[in-house]
Amino acid sequence: MTAILKTRDVHLSYAKQETLHGVNLDFDDHSITALIGPSGCGKSTFLRCLNRMNDLIPKTTVTGSFQFHGKDIYAPTTNLVELRKQIGMVFQQPNPFPFSVYENVTYGLKLAGHTNRHYLDEQVERALKQAAVWDETKDALNKNAMSFSGGQQQRICIARLLAVQPDIILLDEPTSALDPISSAQIETTLLALKKTYCIIIVTHNLQQASRIADRTAFMLNGNLIEDDLTSKMFTKPANQATSDYLNGKFG
Amino acid sequence: MDEIQKKLTAPSKASREDVTGRIISYTCIAAIIILVISILYFITSRGIATFTTNHVSLWQFLSGKEWNPGTLNAKGQPQVGALPMIVTSFSVTILAALVATPFAIAVALFMTDIAPKNGAKFLQPVIELLVGIPSVVYGFIGLTVVVPFIRHLFGGTGSGILAGTIVLFVMVLPTITSLSVDALRAVPTYFRSASLALGATRFQTIYKVLLRAAMPRLLTAVIFGMARAFGEALAVQMVIGNAVLMPRNLVTPTSTLTSQLTTNIGNTIMGTLPNNALWSLALILLLMSLVFNLLIRCIGKRGEIKS
Repeated sequence: MTAILKTRDVHLSYAKQETLHGVNLDFDDHSITALIGPSGCGKSTFLRCLNRMNDLIPKTTVTGSFQFHGKDIYAPTTNLVELRKQIGMVFQQPNPFPFSVYENVTYGLKLAGHTNRHYLDEQVERALKQAAVWDETKDALNKNAMSFSGGQQQRICIARLLAVQPDIILLDEPTSALDPISSAQIETTLLALKKTYCIIIVTHNLQQASRIADRTAFMLNGNLIEDDLTSKMFTKPANQATSDYLNGKFG
Repeated sequence: MDEIQKKLTAPSKASREDVTGRIISYTCIAAIIILVISILYFITSRGIATFTTNHVSLWQFLSGKEWNPGTLNAKGQPQVGALPMIVTSFSVTILAALVATPFAIAVALFMTDIAPKNGAKFLQPVIELLVGIPSVVYGFIGLTVVVPFIRHLFGGTGSGILAGTIVLFVMVLPTITSLSVDALRAVPTYFRSASLALGATRFQTIYKVLLRAAMPRLLTAVIFGMARAFGEALAVQMVIGNAVLMPRNLVTPTSTLTSQLTTNIGNTIMGTLPNNALWSLALILLLMSLVFNLLIRCIGKRGEIKS
C-alpha cells in the first residue's frame, strides 16, 4: 500500500477559533478510509480541506502540509480547478443539477473541453455502470436527474464524479439522507470502486465504517485520537476514548 | 361534572376572538374582490362601448393608423386607429427589457455570487433608491437630459421610442435586478458546491449551472419588468413626443397607450366617442397586463426547482 495523500499537522481556524488542532493522516490508494467521530468533531471540516472546499468559506485559515502525489495542495501555484478534478467530492445531500442525467454526468467532461459525442456517450455509460446506476438510467438518460429517488440521485452524483476520473473520492456522509436499502447499494458501489480509487468517507454510521472501511480514523474535538486498520480498531482500540465512542458511551 | 361540561361547551373569550378575526378577514377579502370585479367591469363596459355604441369595427381599431376620434374620415367613419400606440408601447417595452436585462443580471450576479457581502451591502440601497424615485422625476430628467442629447445626435425633436427606452431602462432596472437576485438566491448552494467540486471555475458555475437553474425565475423577472414598462405612463409621456403617429424610426415623436390616456382623458366628455376610445385603450392595457400575469404563472409553474 502506498499513501497517495499525506497530511501533516493540519490546523484550521474559523474566525480566529481553531477547530482542527493538528491532524496527521495518510490515505492509501485502492482502499477506503472512514473518518468517524461525534458531531462537531471536525471530520467533515477536515475532509473539505482535502480538496480545498473550505476556501469558499470566508475567514477560514488552513495551515499544515497536504502532500498529494508529493505536491502540496495548498501551494500558491496549485491549480484549484485541476486539483478538484483529481480529488472529487460527493456531498451529504444528493445534489444532481436540475438537468438530464446525461448532462449531469457529462458536466465535468464538457468543462474539460470534451465535445466528441461518441467519447461522451462511452464515458457516460462507463461512469453510470461504475456507480451501479446504469440499469435504472440507461433508458432515461434524458430524464431530469431530480426526478429519480434519493439513492439513485446520489449514485448519479457519484457517476458524475467518476466521469472525470479522479484519483481520490471524498464522501461527506453520503448515505445519511438515504433509506437503508439505498445506503446498502451505495456501500456495494463503494466496495467495487475501491479497486480503482482512493476513497475517503466521513460517516456517522459506525456499522457502515466497520462494513466497508479498510482503515478507520477516530476524531474528537478537532483532534485525531486514533487511526488504524478497521478490524483492529473495532476489536481492540488503543485509546479509551475510542473504545467509549465505539461502545456508545457518548456520541 | 356538569360544571366541566358547561365550561367545555360554552364559548370562551379565545373562541369568540377567533370568530371575530375570521369575520374581519372575510369582510376585507370580500371588499377587495368586489373592488376588483367593479374595476374590471367598469373598464370593460366603457372599453367595449366604442365597438357596441359607436359601431367601430374591432379590426379597424387594432389596425388603423389614423387617430383623431373627434373627426370622421372620407368614408364617414370615426378615425380611431390605435395601431401606432400599440406598436410604440410594445417597442419601448421590449427594447427597455432587452437593454435592462443584461445589466440587471450582471448586477444581481455581483450581489449574490461575486461579492455577496459588500456587493449586496452597497447595491441593495442603490436599487431601493432607484425604486423610490417618483416617475415624474425620471420623466423630468429624460426631458431635460436625454431628449436634448438625442436631438443633438440625431436631429429632429429628440422625443420618441429611443428616449422612452432609455428612461424605461432605468426604471425597470431595479425591478428586474431585485427579482433576479431572488431568483439566483433561490438556487440552492449545493449546486454551486457540486459544480466547483467538479473543477468548474466560478464563471463556468455561473453560466452553466446557476443561470440555467434560475432561468424560469429570471424570465419571470424580465416579464415583471416588461409589465412595469408597459404600464408606465408619466415618465414616458414626458419624453415620447405625444403625437399619435406611426413611429418611422426610434427618434420620431409618437405615443404609447398610456401616454395617450394621461394626455387626453381630462379633455374628453364622458360618453362620447373620443372618451370611449380612450377607455378602449385602457382595456387593451388591462388585457395585456393579464397576458403578462398569465405568462409569469406559466413560466413559474414550469420552472419550479424540485428538491
